Amino acid sequence: MRVSLNWLKEFVDVPVSAGELADRLTLVGVAVEAVEEPGREIEGVTTGRVLEIERHPNADRLVICQVDVGRGEPVTIVTGAHNMQVNDIVPVALEGSKLTGGLVIKRAKFRGVSSSGMLCAADELGIGEDHEGILILPPDLPVGVDVKPLLGLDDSILELNLTPNRGDCLSILGVAREVAVIFNTELKPVSGVEPAESMIEGVRIDIEDEELCRRYVARMLKDVKIEPSPAWMQQRLTTLGVRPISNIVDVTNYVMLELGQPMHAFDFDRVTGGHVVVRRARPGERMVTLDGAERRLTPEMLLIADPAVAIGIAGVMGGLDSEVTAETRTVLLESACFNPISIRRTVRDLGLRSEASLRFEKGVDLEGCLWAANRAVELLEQMGAGKAVSGAVDNYPAPYVPRTILVRPERVNQILGVSVPREEVVRILEKLEFAPREADDGLLISVPSHRPDVQREIDLVEEVARIYGYDRIEDTLPFGATTPGIRTPEQLLLNQVRELLAACGLTEVVTYSFVSPGVFDRLGIPADHALRDTLALQNPLSEDQSVMRTLLFPGLLETFARNYHRRNVDTALFEVATVFWRCADDPLPEERMVLAIAMMGGTPGGWNLAKRPLDFFQLKGVLETVAQKIGLPPFEFVPGGEHPSFHPGRSAWVRLGDTVLGVMGELHPDVLEAYELPPGSVACELDFDQIIRLDRETVKRYEGLPRYPSVERDLAFVIETAVPALEVVALIRKGGGPLLQEITLFDVYQGKQVEEGYRSLAFALRFQAPDRTLTDEEVNGNLDEIVRLLTEHTGARLRK
Amino acid sequence: MLERLEEIAQEVESSLAQIDSLEQLEELRIRYLGKKGVLTQVLRGMGGLSPQERPLVGKAANEVKARIEGALTARASTLKELEKARRLQTERIDVTLPGTRQFLGTKHPLTIVREEIEDIFLGLGFMIVEGPEVETDYYNFEALNLPKDHPARDMQDTFFFGPEVLLRTHTSPVQVRTFEKTAPRVPLKIIAPGRVYRRDDDATHSPMFHQVEGFAVDERITFGDLKGTLTTFARQMFSPQTKMRFRPSYFPFTEPSAEVDISCVICGGGGCRVCSHTGWLEILGSGMIHPRVLEISGYDSEKVTGFAFGMGIERIAMLKYGIDDMRLFFDNDMRFLAQF
Repeated sequence: MRVSLNWLKEFVDVPVSAGELADRLTLVGVAVEAVEEPGREIEGVTTGRVLEIERHPNADRLVICQVDVGRGEPVTIVTGAHNMQVNDIVPVALEGSKLTGGLVIKRAKFRGVSSSGMLCAADELGIGEDHEGILILPPDLPVGVDVKPLLGLDDSILELNLTPNRGDCLSILGVAREVAVIFNTELKPVSGVEPAESMIEGVRIDIEDEELCRRYVARMLKDVKIEPSPAWMQQRLTTLGVRPISNIVDVTNYVMLELGQPMHAFDFDRVTGGHVVVRRARPGERMVTLDGAERRLTPEMLLIADPAVAIGIAGVMGGLDSEVTAETRTVLLESACFNPISIRRTVRDLGLRSEASLRFEKGVDLEGCLWAANRAVELLEQMGAGKAVSGAVDNYPAPYVPRTILVRPERVNQILGVSVPREEVVRILEKLEFAPREADDGLLISVPSHRPDVQREIDLVEEVARIYGYDRIEDTLPFGATTPGIRTPEQLLLNQVRELLAACGLTEVVTYSFVSPGVFDRLGIPADHALRDTLALQNPLSEDQSVMRTLLFPGLLETFARNYHRRNVDTALFEVATVFWRCADDPLPEERMVLAIAMMGGTPGGWNLAKRPLDFFQLKGVLETVAQKIGLPPFEFVPGGEHPSFHPGRSAWVRLGDTVLGVMGELHPDVLEAYELPPGSVACELDFDQIIRLDRETVKRYEGLPRYPSVERDLAFVIETAVPALEVVALIRKGGGPLLQEITLFDVYQGKQVEEGYRSLAFALRFQAPDRTLTDEEVNGNLDEIVRLLTEHTGARLRK
Repeated sequence: MLERLEEIAQEVESSLAQIDSLEQLEELRIRYLGKKGVLTQVLRGMGGLSPQERPLVGKAANEVKARIEGALTARASTLKELEKARRLQTERIDVTLPGTRQFLGTKHPLTIVREEIEDIFLGLGFMIVEGPEVETDYYNFEALNLPKDHPARDMQDTFFFGPEVLLRTHTSPVQVRTFEKTAPRVPLKIIAPGRVYRRDDDATHSPMFHQVEGFAVDERITFGDLKGTLTTFARQMFSPQTKMRFRPSYFPFTEPSAEVDISCVICGGGGCRVCSHTGWLEILGSGMIHPRVLEISGYDSEKVTGFAFGMGIERIAMLKYGIDDMRLFFDNDMRFLAQF
């Protein structure tokens, strides 16, 4: 909603500048987004009538104009524009005038001809961008008067950003009411002559559905002459963003902007029998609206009809057949009150939104319909657009009964945490036209018809608060029983895991929860796989964001791909977020918290540091570290091969006891190709909800430091490649007995000196006893046992 | 004899000046003090001295020996110092070479800011609660005083799965779910961070973004408490000098409602491009929980009151880090993420 300050001042005195008014309105809840002052820089530009135009003797492109600016003698002005004609009224900037951009006009000579000033184009006056030619003003203007009021350049425009509850401020009158409250002044009376008779000869209005139309007022004008509305009205409409059309239409729009009451004008001669019926559409009914489109109607929609056909969709758009045209001689003006919800649905179903429907959706002032109709007739008569037919039809089946609400001033104070005196509460409510009166347990107020948003006591608490001023309410902190501000163990674990992963060199990302259904093809997920059973959006923004993810790591792969294309090659990412699994017996999906990791490239290298590949073992090491740090027993990595997105020989299920936590490993070459990722990229996806439920050693117990020296020995075995390292370690542990404290695999070798199909595994073993210094004999016994076990079970050969 | 001893001492002392390595010094020591050294040989000649002379010469010889040893030691320590200095000189490294790169990651800026917001409210006694992202119409709208056909539903363009199932447009459903579990017990002080979704995509809107909802319900929670709590939050989050502005606004689930502005973090309130020359930046919406919302979920709105607020984590992070495009958070360019 745009508000002209000049227009506003017709309704209420404004004792402050536009800028200050904007701040004050904002602080009572009528947010002003911007203040425009288009004529701020313009000064001294007056109207002039072009008397003569002759060609410049020395310049083809210039003309010399004699212009009457009301000074008796015409002035001479040289210009390069050619669009004006003799007798046109134009804006003239004489010497000393100021235009946009701080331009000051001086007397100048053009090829030997002296010019007293210039004729102005629209953009030079700060109205629009048009620099095509001189601005031609309406022909009825006097000469020698300041153009600023004529062009609205003495005005300020407030751009309001209204909240949906304040439909009452969608009018100059509504904003004026707020201004009157803010500055504690009175509204100025607005005219609108009430007609004596409550009928119009030959006009009949029937409301068939009183639920959807609570009031229908009609007035009539005859001997109508359709022509443009006067300049001042056109200017105001334009300023507020409404395109001028003709006197009749402009007045309906003008009254809507002024009083908030949308109006419609029918060509009465097109209304069969002079009989208007307000009814629901019939099933299958159609009509052509005045934009030329044929509309399919439903019985949910309210129509304005004559006994034969529909002539308009109530509150939304008129019909083409009954439109006011140049031939129209008699006009029927409609000023009605329609049901907001019905209008809202109709607007939604037809996709037609207008300034009128916007106001009906918010609810118009039921008591204001007649006044608005009278105001329109008055304006039309004043401008000579037609002759008012006496009387008005006012079909008003259930007149407005104000809702009464009890307001307890002490409750107001209790909720706000203030002590506003009762008299102040009364004053504010009075000023807002709630007519408070004393009752036994508080104040009884009556809701005026223009405030349908006020329904219960809390609405009035807000009214008092906003007028009293939020800034006057003292800051306090809640007082009473305290509550512990602590994170739950789950929340702490999640934070800890994020910290650990970051410390392990991984960067957290946040990806969208919705993905493309094509993701599963890229991941090689079989056609009937449960992971494809996604929850699909009905109204996605795009196909790429149309289903809820059932897997998290694909988001990381996309992030990868994007980074890879930008040459961010060495990347390690993680995300902890939700995946959505459809449930058979619940409309809501199961939301599971999942941890995904993906790595490509290598660790950062440097002049003194070799790069290490971010490979399977790097990823595995990260998982092992996290498990250890959060107090879990070591994860088990079980050779996998079943997950279609992963390399069958280079992936593993991550398990702890009987619980499968997820999958990890190198991505399948087909997946790498689909995402255009470098070879060897790895990923994992773990069910974080499962991890949360695992038994963790959350309290660390201290273990005494060893007091006796340890004995360290290295052993290397040549062993069949097919024997898993884990099995070798288990045998070493078994053979080493309780004295074996630490096993470190420090070398894995395949190649020269080791035959095909075999590899060499070298271990550093540390033996230690808690109560004595170990002897070589003791340790040698254990080593012999290790060698024996390995040889026996795996055919391993000790390397000397 | 005595003269000879004095000569030896002087010889050593004068030779020392030419010695510039520990090896040469050792040679010198052996030459004078070794078994076949000059001094030793002189002392062997003491056999030929008279008993009267012998103690005198003996004493003088010991003095000379001590003198020589002292001089040798002094020279040795000088030489060691010199050698150390020489070594330190040759061991010089180019300290301007880059340090060994560490392999560290980082949390996402939205996580960092979320945790920061959480920590402030934890300090004020709030607990953290989470809720589902796919919600029913009831929890997202109805129970928040947003019945079907309510005009304010237009404020939030919603993603739907079906007529009753949708992606939550705000974290407020957590409020309803918590009330249902807790009512009529008080006090309740909760923040609910999480992902939310609206059909919007441009430099200042993302179809998925993050909110922190907060609410407190007790027997005498006031609008003043709301103001105080949010002022405390903003001054910790931004700066102790932050000025606050509470503007009346409208949300269906709160009344009275307030939009909260802070003085611009860039210009401090003087007016700049970031704050559109108003001096103020809007950071969150808030208000007293609408009595209808309390009633729907089982509270007696005559007995308890509450406040609620909701803020966009992206918005806070953008102000905090001076980020001008919301899409950067979800683009996840490593060069962006590495800055946090």
